[in-house]
This record gives sequence, structure tokens and C-alpha cells, in this order.
Amino acid sequence: MARITAGLTTSHIPAIGAAIDLGKTQEAYWKPLFDGYEWTKAWARENVPDVVILIYNDHASAFTPELVATFALGCADEFPPADEGYGPRPVPVVKGRPDLAAHLAEGLILDEFDLTLMYKLDVDHGLTVPLSLVYGQPEEWPVRVIPLAVNVVQYPPPTGHRCFMLGQAIRRTVQEFDEDLNVHIWGTGGMSHQLQGPRAGFINKEFDNAFFDRLVKDPEGLARLPHLEYVREAGSEGIELVMWLIMRGALGPEVEELYRFYHVPGSNTAVGHIVLRAADTH
Amino acid sequence: MTSYTAKFEDIPGTRVFTAERAKKGYELNQFCMSLMKPENRERFKANERAYLDEWPMSEDQKQAVLDRDYNRMLDNGGNIYFLAKIFATDGLSYLQAVSTMTGMPIDDYQKMMLSGGRSPEGWRSIKDGN
Repeated sequence: MARITAGLTTSHIPAIGAAIDLGKTQEAYWKPLFDGYEWTKAWARENVPDVVILIYNDHASAFTPELVATFALGCADEFPPADEGYGPRPVPVVKGRPDLAAHLAEGLILDEFDLTLMYKLDVDHGLTVPLSLVYGQPEEWPVRVIPLAVNVVQYPPPTGHRCFMLGQAIRRTVQEFDEDLNVHIWGTGGMSHQLQGPRAGFINKEFDNAFFDRLVKDPEGLARLPHLEYVREAGSEGIELVMWLIMRGALGPEVEELYRFYHVPGSNTAVGHIVLRAADTH
Repeated sequence: MTSYTAKFEDIPGTRVFTAERAKKGYELNQFCMSLMKPENRERFKANERAYLDEWPMSEDQKQAVLDRDYNRMLDNGGNIYFLAKIFATDGLSYLQAVSTMTGMPIDDYQKMMLSGGRSPEGWRSIKDGN
């Protein structure tokens, strides 16, 4: 059977991708941020899963104003890097795992999560920046990836509670897959940031650190946080943090925290990163 | 306005991109998406007004784009991830473009971010003044 053994979360700021692509990671502004991912890169070299289910949001790249999908699962063979207006990032094409994606689509929809299914999907910085942060600049990504795009652009996004429940359903569904696969799940986006209006530049370290703590120890309680509190305490784009709850729901009740990193600023954003192991998979 | 949407109005300096605003900004955001194609970027740069006139946008939306007044674009239903196609066409980063909405010079905004960002104090609630 397939098992979800570990998860991580990370911010997916586009300027991080540009810094990697342009060779600026050792510059004074960026070095402290990239140093914070060195532990994870070493861990990731030793712990390569077969598949990563990667929760992210599209930033007006694949989804236009014509269609807003709350949860959209990537079922294709591969996912090309999107051209976001600066040309596509120079990163490998993301290879999918359509057999597991088809299994997830079937299992989750029958479990009453009415997903949108994507058979053509260009993936933007929301998905490729996390891959670059964890795996660097390889010729090919070392894992297969199943993208799960979540609407956090147009309000209302899904509630934190719905995200948490979807994560729990993903865990159950993965376990019903016949092949013996090691699966990781990543939640991306966040932490506190606001990219609009006179309040732009908003950062809330106290909220972010409490969010980390509750994500580990009290995810069910955290899942009840209303959207209003995300916007009030983490900024209008801080709402991306609901995606982390999908990751957490998929790891089961108990987790072991392996690593945590927090850094301000990455462009306009508080960078947050945590690595968790599912407690029943030692 | 729904009760869900109304609650966000209490947060200072913020326009949450609701279904209502998405409808209002539909053509503005569609215009933005068109700038993902290089040939459209060239046509827009060659004559901004003429390019905008090809879109069924309101005059206020068009003028806000011409003025690069991002707050006014937000008022007109724009969303930052769509509007990003305009400032990408202008060769600006998120940091540069976002700073223009705060009324702060870019250097001051950059310094604020380097010293930990905008403090939440005074930016949580209009009603509670905190």
C-alpha cells in the first residue's frame, strides 16, 4: 500500500525563484534565507519519496478570470513551467503520476470532495519555487509530483476546516492505493503578507509563530480559524496558510517536528518553513 | 454586500477580492491576462490608450491603468495577481509595484521590510482602532 510518511510547508515567493535562476542566492540579501533551507536539502537527499502531492495556488497563470476552481487536481503526465510574463522559469518539466492522481480523483470525489480535474496545467512559481528550494537546480526533478491547486485568490477560499478534512481524506485515499509507494505532501504559500493597498508590507511574527505551534500540536483547533482572522492577523495574501492545513490533515493525528525556519523578509513576505514526519511511519 | 464580505471592510487599507469585485473587475483582469503574450505587450507599449480601447472596460478602469494607480485598479475590481501582468510589462518587481500602493517611497518601503515589515499595531481593525 502507499503511505504518506512526511510533509513540509514552505513559502513560494516568486523573487526566490528569480534569485535562484539568476545565481543570486549568496548575495547578502538572500543568503540568510537560502541558508535556512540547507538542512532541508540535506534531509531531502536522504529521504526521496516516490511522489510528492504538492498543494499550491496558481497566480493568474493557468487560471484566468473565466474560471475559479476551489480544488483542482493535476492528472496529466507532465506539467510545463508557466510563462508568467517574464518567460518560463528555466526549470525541468514537472513529471506527474497520473495513475495515483486518477486513484485520488476517484477516491476523493466518492468521499464527497468535489474536485476539478486538470488534464492540462502549466505550473507557476507557486509550485516550482518550492521544488527549487528543496531540490536545487537538477537536470530532472528527483520525484513525481501531483499538483493540487487551491483557490486562495478570490474570496471566499475554502475554509481551513475544509482544507484539513481534505488532507485527512487524501491520507485515507493514498493508503488504498495498491502499489507500495512512499508519498510526501507539501503545503505551500504564506506566511504573513499583504500585496495590496496602503496596508501592504504587513508582517506578524507573533501570529506566524503561533500558527507553526498550532499546526504541529493543535491542527483541529487551528482549522477553525475564520478567514477574517487570517486577513486581520496575517494580511490579505496570508490567507494562503489555509493550504498548510491540507498537508497537516494528511499526516495523521501525531507528527514529529524535524525542522523549522522563519525569516523576514523575502520580498514582501514572511518566509516560513517546517518539516514534519508522520508519527506512525518511523 | 453579503455579511461575509462586509466584515472585511473593517480592516484598514485592504480590499479583499470578493466574488462581487471579481465581477466588477472581469474585463480589467482579462486585459491584464492578455499581457502574458509578448505580441500584446508590444502593442500595449506602442499605444496604451489604443490597446485599452479594444477592451470593454470602464473609463475609470482605463484611466487607472494609464496612471498606474494600483489602488484605483483595486477599487475597480482588479486583483494583484492579474495586475502583476501590467507591472511585469513595465519591468517592475512585486516589491516595487506593491510599494506604490502604500504612499511610501520605494527606499523607505524596502527599509521597512528589512526591519521586519509593517507592524500589525494600528492595522487590525478600524472599529477597534488597534
